[in-house]
Amino acid sequence: MGEPLVFERSVPGRRGFRLPPSDVPARKLADLLPPEQVRPAPPPLPEIAEFDAIRHYTRLSQLNFCVDTNCYPLGSCTMKYNPKLNERVAAMPGFAFLHPLQPASRVQGMLQLLYELEQLLCAITGMAAFTLQPAAGAQGELTGLKIIAAYHRRKRHHRATILIPDSAHGTNPASAAISGFVVEKLRSGPDGLVDLKELKRKLTDDVAALMLTNPNTLGLFEREIKTIAALLHEQDALVYMDGANMNALLGLARPGEMGVDILQLNLHKTFSTPHGGGGPGAGPVGVQQALEEFLPVPRVRKRGHRFAWDERARATVGRVHGFYGNVGVLVRAYTYIRTLGREGLSRASQVAIINANYLKAKLAQTYPTAFDGSCMHEFVVTLKALKAQGISAGDVAKRLLDYGFYAPTVYFPLIVDEALMIEPTETESKETLDEFAQALIEIAREAKANAEMVRRAPHRMAVNRLDEVKAAREPNLRWIAPEFALQSAAMPQRRDDERI
Amino acid sequence: MDYAPNTDAQLQEMLRTIGVGSFEELISAVPADLRARGLAVPEGLTEPQVLELAGALAAKNRSLDEAVSFLGAGAYHHLIPTVVDALALRGEWLTPYTPYQAEASQGTLQAIYEFQTMVCELMQMDVANASLYDGASSVAEAALLAMRATERPRILISEAVHPHARQTVSMYLSGAHAILQEIPTVNGVTDCEALGKAVRDDVACVIMQQPNVFGCLEPMAQGSELAHRFGGLFVASVYPISLGLLQPPGSYGADIAVAEGRCLGSPVAYGGPGLGLFTTTSALVRRIPGRLVGCTVDQSGRRGYTLTLQTREQHIRREKATSNICTNEGWLALRATIFLSLLGPHGMQELARLNLEKAHDARERLLELPWISAAFDQPFFNEFTLRYDDAMNLDTIHRTLDTAGILGGFPLRDWYPAMPQASLWCVTEVIRQDGIDRVIETLKRIS
Repeated sequence: MGEPLVFERSVPGRRGFRLPPSDVPARKLADLLPPEQVRPAPPPLPEIAEFDAIRHYTRLSQLNFCVDTNCYPLGSCTMKYNPKLNERVAAMPGFAFLHPLQPASRVQGMLQLLYELEQLLCAITGMAAFTLQPAAGAQGELTGLKIIAAYHRRKRHHRATILIPDSAHGTNPASAAISGFVVEKLRSGPDGLVDLKELKRKLTDDVAALMLTNPNTLGLFEREIKTIAALLHEQDALVYMDGANMNALLGLARPGEMGVDILQLNLHKTFSTPHGGGGPGAGPVGVQQALEEFLPVPRVRKRGHRFAWDERARATVGRVHGFYGNVGVLVRAYTYIRTLGREGLSRASQVAIINANYLKAKLAQTYPTAFDGSCMHEFVVTLKALKAQGISAGDVAKRLLDYGFYAPTVYFPLIVDEALMIEPTETESKETLDEFAQALIEIAREAKANAEMVRRAPHRMAVNRLDEVKAAREPNLRWIAPEFALQSAAMPQRRDDERI
Repeated sequence: MDYAPNTDAQLQEMLRTIGVGSFEELISAVPADLRARGLAVPEGLTEPQVLELAGALAAKNRSLDEAVSFLGAGAYHHLIPTVVDALALRGEWLTPYTPYQAEASQGTLQAIYEFQTMVCELMQMDVANASLYDGASSVAEAALLAMRATERPRILISEAVHPHARQTVSMYLSGAHAILQEIPTVNGVTDCEALGKAVRDDVACVIMQQPNVFGCLEPMAQGSELAHRFGGLFVASVYPISLGLLQPPGSYGADIAVAEGRCLGSPVAYGGPGLGLFTTTSALVRRIPGRLVGCTVDQSGRRGYTLTLQTREQHIRREKATSNICTNEGWLALRATIFLSLLGPHGMQELARLNLEKAHDARERLLELPWISAAFDQPFFNEFTLRYDDAMNLDTIHRTLDTAGILGGFPLRDWYPAMPQASLWCVTEVIRQDGIDRVIETLKRIS
């Protein structure tokens, strides 16, 4: 059933690709490289034929659920359809085969695209300026936090604390800590929103900023955001908005008008660039006018009808990525925005919100949400009630796979017991949503009738539940040829670090 | 054009099921004063219109297909076998996300396990992660890991490390109570005497690049030995294509080895997406940033793969995580995996040999021009620094080449103001003999 590893398919002497013959005079290796710099033997990679590669990686691909084959309602990840047109545009040689150090005169179309994308993101979000450099949401957060630090340094403030609601994505506190800040957790109120009393209590003169996701990870709009921002601004502290959930707001509300000072977007979520099994993404960061000078460099500028890179860097926080960021992803996002246009973008958010609320209504009897009220583009249900049958959120998630649905985000946000976070997106049809709701309701029935079967799910995948304890206790992170395996196990580690 | 299938009639029906009269009622949580008044984005376009628009923008760029390019400097144009795109563009590879549900993601997980193995083999290191953003941020993560592991503040980084990597390290370390100290170069390579003097017991790591930003081969073994003298770590930033011929980081005792891996099967794409390769030793595995895939068994004893050692990561450890990274460069890692499996050991060796020989041939011929000299007298791989005589105007030279459809070397003065007449040339396997002929003829006309 399982597909062997590519290394196990290897046959000495097989080749999968032939390089062109050399057309320059042959030379002795010893004349070109000092012997101590030469690798004694080539790296021990697999030796397979082209067709072996096709079979192997096609078969492996078939072991995956993906957006193209299965509804993928992974909350806060916006697993919407990734238009094929975007791939076609990104593959155009005039975009895919450009060197980042070509003279500006030879890449005017590329620079125009990047410039226009910045303008479009400003229009959509109401922010004054964007950097397109960060490679993903978390790197956008890091950039935003460095801007926060630079702002307070400029003002000669000593601010060490970042306030983060307990419902936040894990990258928020991780990014804050890596940027040298102390994280102070804000307990959410009984309605799942920021608790103003708790905020006021924790809003000391050491607070540099608040990091807020809106809509938050419960799918709820922070209706007091203007008041929240005003409280922060009274202390000359900043408001950072995590834009991971921007798919709820296109054409509906603009963070720049909510009092948000810094915002990161996830183009691989809201703007449909493919997630690629883990990436690449892009995490542009938008700021209000007063913070523009801190953005990473270089910036793309328009002078008359010409576009050019501007390296001037007086107040910049520096650089987070080689060259200009994940340009290939930016090309796809630009294509998407131009394709949908103003009506299409607004409709995307509207349908995303209707789809989520529809699904929530269909499930309300069996899977109640943790907090009341209409949701935006996603919602979180709690499976506390199933605990009596000994069924966890994780069990339900695994059983969903048997029904042909990828699982929602599980056990997140942390403030909801036995959470399933469901984001259908606008690209799923009503029929699919009905089938998904039906599957979940059926699983609840199964949980009562045959709990053991649900606990052992999935049953129809290439593998059933994996031994994760073994995976962590005896880490096997790479293949070792059987003839070396024994020898390697007996080999002492090169350095013994007691602190680990 | 939008991609939302539900019809207006269906949406109305769904609103009734929800129990609201209109969409407005549904979003009553958004205060009226926050509602956007219009969206200043152009109207949507149909597919042919988008292709026309994008085609017009692309046509304003000169692609590497239409020029002879000697540009490298951190972004390298290499052959991409047809099979890489044929496989990687399958929706099953392109459209899933991080494999949180292992049972429904065995394809991605096994591919990452194969990727981790191949990257370890290439680097001769114990452990590789599932990728970081790019080469530059991988160097920064290496510095952070070294500081955590040694509990020391000082990072020594060679001036011959790519400036984008140095700038990214500096950005990542700001606010982390780190001391970043640059080590000068002498004759194009890291000054080991200066390095020896700078290494003390407060040094977390020494960072060197092979080949370095000038194309020169560094004395990595010596750098490694100096780094270890007072218990610091040695970080090597390498060029994957060169490892078909050059000593791998494991051979000279690197504790962390990183690379920009885009050259393994992905297009240059104006410098991104990149592919950060990150490897280390078994001793440091529990401190590694990013995702790791492990091989284990399922309840029936069958071999299977899963994300593992996740207690290092932000979604579990939050502010105590080893890194903030979440989304990585999975799709480029897959492309690299396919690329490496197609080339195999001998393909990688031949590829490196082609680069080495073509670069040496081109350099020898360029040096025949009376106004060109070698900036450094050092062994090199596929990139080298030339110096133009002071009488020559560098801008004129590059303009003339540009008019002839040649992307000449990269003027290093932007990065190293003390080298106003230096130019960094790169010759990969895509350059043919007639391309080298053309550049020589064009340059002869200048002198």
